[in-house]
Amino acid sequence: MITARYHREIPQRYRLEASKCLKCGHINFPPRLLCPECKTNKFETIKLSDEGKLLTFTVVRVSSDRFSKETPFAVGIVELNDSVKVTTQIADVDVDELKIGQRVKLIFRKIQDDGKAGIHCYGYKAIAI
Amino acid sequence: MRDVVVIGAGMTKFGELWGKSIKDLFVEAATKAIENAGVDHIDSMYAGAMSSGLFIGQEHLGAVMADYLGVNPIPATHVESACASGGVAFRQAFLEVASGVSDIVLAGGVEKMTDGADVTDVLATAADQEYEVFHGITFPGLYAMIAQAHMHQYGTTREQLAAVAVKNHRNGAKNPNAQFRNEVTAEQVMNSTMVSDPLRLLDCSPVSDGAAAVIVATMDVAKKLNKNLIRVLASSQASDTIALHGRKSLTTLNSVVKAAEKAYKMADKKPTDMNVVEVHDCFTIAEIVATEDLGLFEKGKGGEAAANGWTSIECKMIPVNTSGGLKSKGHPVGATGIAQVIELYEQLNGACGARQVPNAHVGMAQNMGGSGASCVVHILEAI
Repeated sequence: MITARYHREIPQRYRLEASKCLKCGHINFPPRLLCPECKTNKFETIKLSDEGKLLTFTVVRVSSDRFSKETPFAVGIVELNDSVKVTTQIADVDVDELKIGQRVKLIFRKIQDDGKAGIHCYGYKAIAI
Repeated sequence: MRDVVVIGAGMTKFGELWGKSIKDLFVEAATKAIENAGVDHIDSMYAGAMSSGLFIGQEHLGAVMADYLGVNPIPATHVESACASGGVAFRQAFLEVASGVSDIVLAGGVEKMTDGADVTDVLATAADQEYEVFHGITFPGLYAMIAQAHMHQYGTTREQLAAVAVKNHRNGAKNPNAQFRNEVTAEQVMNSTMVSDPLRLLDCSPVSDGAAAVIVATMDVAKKLNKNLIRVLASSQASDTIALHGRKSLTTLNSVVKAAEKAYKMADKKPTDMNVVEVHDCFTIAEIVATEDLGLFEKGKGGEAAANGWTSIECKMIPVNTSGGLKSKGHPVGATGIAQVIELYEQLNGACGARQVPNAHVGMAQNMGGSGASCVVHILEAI
């Protein structure tokens, strides 16, 4: 991954920074230039809750080449306590034990390697709590 | 708006066509369509393709195809809307004729997927690269998450998913252009290799090469050529968040709901008026959700409808994917939306042989991109 492209997303991937619309209160993750709900452009930066529940999940057994050494791995959609939803891997779990509705927490993990000479890419993964 | 009529169609066989290039595929389909229409020229053309840049390193497809089709200097435009590229190309051709700008327009679609690209990676570019794909999700994975949520919310079963694949293979076995002309059993589907739980290999549409093209024209042109009049009653398109997780519901595809609502209104038809429907069954769950969101069945009943055979040709209730669908006919991504229109064109012309729906007068095609961020719906009627 190009370093600049990776660098731009660090506030979101490392710190869960989101933008909250000052007019309607809608939370955008990642931040946007326009609020999709009320179309205004004034926001405050907030940090998302790192806990939530699993809305759905799958176990990826056939991946793109980039993730082929990681298979099988679980990916799910988590609804955080502030209602924001994110797609994330679910780590440190027996994939057969996963259940819709279970509580999870986002933690800081390595997500992928950019080949032998590229950078390590970090971000959030969910674990069961 | 002027009335628009489909006056000709042509397609390649779909499959792993290693001996044919993307140009060979498109020109074969386009030539067949032009010959089938019986026109001596086209005013303009569109080429739908999802990602020739990543699949084979070739962009600027409008110009490439106009050159190889020998129709320079007419306007030629590449249309991209992920897996809905073909359907949107058809819509552009429709709009160009309806608006009065052109009288005879070719809408084609093509994809060359077997030239060695990492297909899973290329297809994933239709999702949110930074907030979905970065985390390792794939397209089977996204639809698997829709399936899990649908099973959890509505009680949809593994057997119901399999019923979609069984039915579509049964139809595809009767389609000479299909990639897979073999029937499968529910047991084979449910014992096939797991790709992304709960979706198995036989829940997934294949990687395919192929092209399809149609000619649309004014009513005057169609009448002069003495054609059966297959009129485009409605063309509609809708969008939704690029990321699946951005949606209010994980089990309803709002772009399908909205595109369908607009199409029914434009056509002055309702779901029960449809005699034949082609839906975007990139995965078995996608057909179940699409048949619900198009209003063919009550929300949550799509799985039951498939398992009860309500979508089969024999049942005569509402035959879905008589062509074999993406599942059995194949899914050369950019060609799919056009191939769906061709199935309707042939059904409405009574030209589908063993898979013909008796007395088919009105048909609908639903083509979508990504996990539902784009959807395009067309309704055709034989008049």
